[in-house]
Amino acid sequence: MKVKTFKQGIHPAYNKELTAGKALQKAKDPAQVVIPLQQNIGAPCEPLVKVGDQVKVGQKIGESQSFVSAPIHSSISGVVKAIREVEVGTGRKTLAVIIESDGQNTLHEDVKPKGDLDSLSGDEIREIIREAGIVGMGGAMFPTHVKLSVPEGKTVDTVILNGAECEPYLTVDHRIMIEHPEEVVYGLKALMKVLNVNKGYIGIEDNKSDAIEAMIKATENEPEIEVVPLETKYPQGGEKMLITAVTGREVPSGGLPADAGCVVNNVTTAYAIAKAIKTGMPLIERPVTITGRGIKEPKNLMVKIGTSVAELIEQAGGFKGKPGKVILGGPMMGISAHNIDVPVLKGTSGILVLTADEVEDFEPRPCIRCARCVDVCPVFLMPVTLANYAQHDMFAELENYNVLDCIECGSCSYICPAKRPLLHYIRLGKAEVLAQRRKK
Amino acid sequence: MSNPKLIVSSSPHIRDVDTIPRIMHTVNLSLLPAVLMAVYYFGFYALMIILTCVIFSVLTEAIWQKLRGKEITISDGSAILTGLLLALTLPPRLPLWMAALGAIVAISIGKQVFGGLGYNPFNPALVGRAFLLAAFSVEMTTWYLPGAGVDATSTATPLALMKMSGQPTSYWDLFIGNIGGSLGETSALAIILGGAYLIYKGYVDYRITIGYLGTVAVLTAVFGQDPIFHLLSGGLVLGGFYMLTDMVTSPITKLGRWIYGIGAGVILVVIRLWGGYPEGVLYSILLMNMTVPLLNRYTRPRTYGEVKQ
Repeated sequence: MKVKTFKQGIHPAYNKELTAGKALQKAKDPAQVVIPLQQNIGAPCEPLVKVGDQVKVGQKIGESQSFVSAPIHSSISGVVKAIREVEVGTGRKTLAVIIESDGQNTLHEDVKPKGDLDSLSGDEIREIIREAGIVGMGGAMFPTHVKLSVPEGKTVDTVILNGAECEPYLTVDHRIMIEHPEEVVYGLKALMKVLNVNKGYIGIEDNKSDAIEAMIKATENEPEIEVVPLETKYPQGGEKMLITAVTGREVPSGGLPADAGCVVNNVTTAYAIAKAIKTGMPLIERPVTITGRGIKEPKNLMVKIGTSVAELIEQAGGFKGKPGKVILGGPMMGISAHNIDVPVLKGTSGILVLTADEVEDFEPRPCIRCARCVDVCPVFLMPVTLANYAQHDMFAELENYNVLDCIECGSCSYICPAKRPLLHYIRLGKAEVLAQRRKK
Repeated sequence: MSNPKLIVSSSPHIRDVDTIPRIMHTVNLSLLPAVLMAVYYFGFYALMIILTCVIFSVLTEAIWQKLRGKEITISDGSAILTGLLLALTLPPRLPLWMAALGAIVAISIGKQVFGGLGYNPFNPALVGRAFLLAAFSVEMTTWYLPGAGVDATSTATPLALMKMSGQPTSYWDLFIGNIGGSLGETSALAIILGGAYLIYKGYVDYRITIGYLGTVAVLTAVFGQDPIFHLLSGGLVLGGFYMLTDMVTSPITKLGRWIYGIGAGVILVVIRLWGGYPEGVLYSILLMNMTVPLLNRYTRPRTYGEVKQ
């Protein structure tokens, strides 16, 4: 199999065998959901319900007038118990609607099929996607309809579905491709229709050969869609890396994928789009991998948005041994939570529990200038130099060395034999450079 | 479910298994063939020189760190490496006290005055050797043939033989090390074995080694000399695999590494062909060490998506 890839990058231990072979199961219905009103990069939503209201599955409960935002829907039927600030995985507080289930799962009247792809126009599909509250489900939670609104003057000729799933441990995209290949293709065709392009790719790392096979089979009669096997390498699923691997194009510095003629979406997002069109069901549930050596029975669950992380850990048998870190997302870019009493969001792709033994105590040592960080950086920055500048508040140099091009993949910190938290410093540097820019 | 006490930190949450001690100890281990060959050719006394250098390097490092109130990090293997590399550049009968002094200078002036591991601009082992060469030039250039007894008469190195009297040495002897010279510069075979392993492990960048050795081969051929003879003689192989490639003192960019290796090759050829001194490895490396900050500054890679202006 001829595989494509990008330059540099790292090869962490993938640890996918814990859950890769496990079919998606429906998680137990939660007795209560906590649905934050901000689940996208962009504006938070205003609540559309009040305490005491009856809500149904799929009912819109939050909306914003802002373009860069996505509405929020109820994932269960029941009664709104409270609308108050809650903590989410990042530790930040945000307004949330708390709903107590009536156990009925009564469907809202608006949840009905939207017609087929041929009869719908591109604009109609984009509106369905927006109304369904669909955001990037790989973790970024960027509103999908915004991605599909190509700025004037740019031409998009390619849609790429990201099935790379390069984060270690995570297997939800893998399972979606194996179990729902038709929906993924349907979603991709919907995206292609919105953008009016006739070239679609599905990029998949070659450690998921069964997913590659499933997707090739599902695209047999789709001459416009090509499945692209990719080298198993982190961060293969990074938007820029994926575009370069698949098309050979580069996204210009400071630009958007559209500047390279591409729009990239996650395969699970495509699945959600297919469901929204075919059944009318907005984004109220998502697959989550609950995994790690700190979990008794790792599994892949289909989870209602707003279910608590603690509840899902319990459904996966609970902790095994002493938990060290609970990570929301993957181990490379995920967020380590201090509180497991937080809800699953639209972007929560995994709950990874590392045992206390696995969480090494990284005592940073002086840099020996081995330059491995430079050798692995997928966007060809000099992480050691950036980290040094950031530590010494040298902002002009940071900007000059293109610190803002950092995609925060963490490859530099991962590879550093001195265990220096390079990305941590670079993030601080980025934040400072941006703050100074705003001041000007 | 009650909330457990969890560790919170920024991503990434997993790290590669490689650590600085692991790298240093691997490099030390890769020098084993060279050490064995040195002892095989030059006897027990060679082992004494090697041990002296290693012990005094480690002791010097520990004392410095103790005096400066810093954590003692001799277990990271870097002081051992400096001692080993220094020993391999010394002649087989150097008095042990001189070897000890060289090690003390290597660690003190080559490394600790700059702040220790990672901060030194020059290869510490070569700083030690440069000091010894200046201070004890006679003892540092007195060579013996392998296997010669205690009262054997001294000989010249193949490079000196070639330079002074135009007398060549057989490739095979140069390759396996059956020649007069420093402990570790004799057997090219042993060094290449260890060096190849380090390239395979990613601890040595082939760009530096190839740039250095390749430049020497090409330039010596251009100037009508025997490139294979030049590659195999003197400390070129040891320098090309172990000294010039020292992580701390070599450039961090790929293009920088090419220029650095090639630059060292040019300096070496100038010294060997037109200098008054038969060998040029030491100075070629120390001089190129000085260029590293500049190389790092001017060979910044093109960032992804950056348009050249």
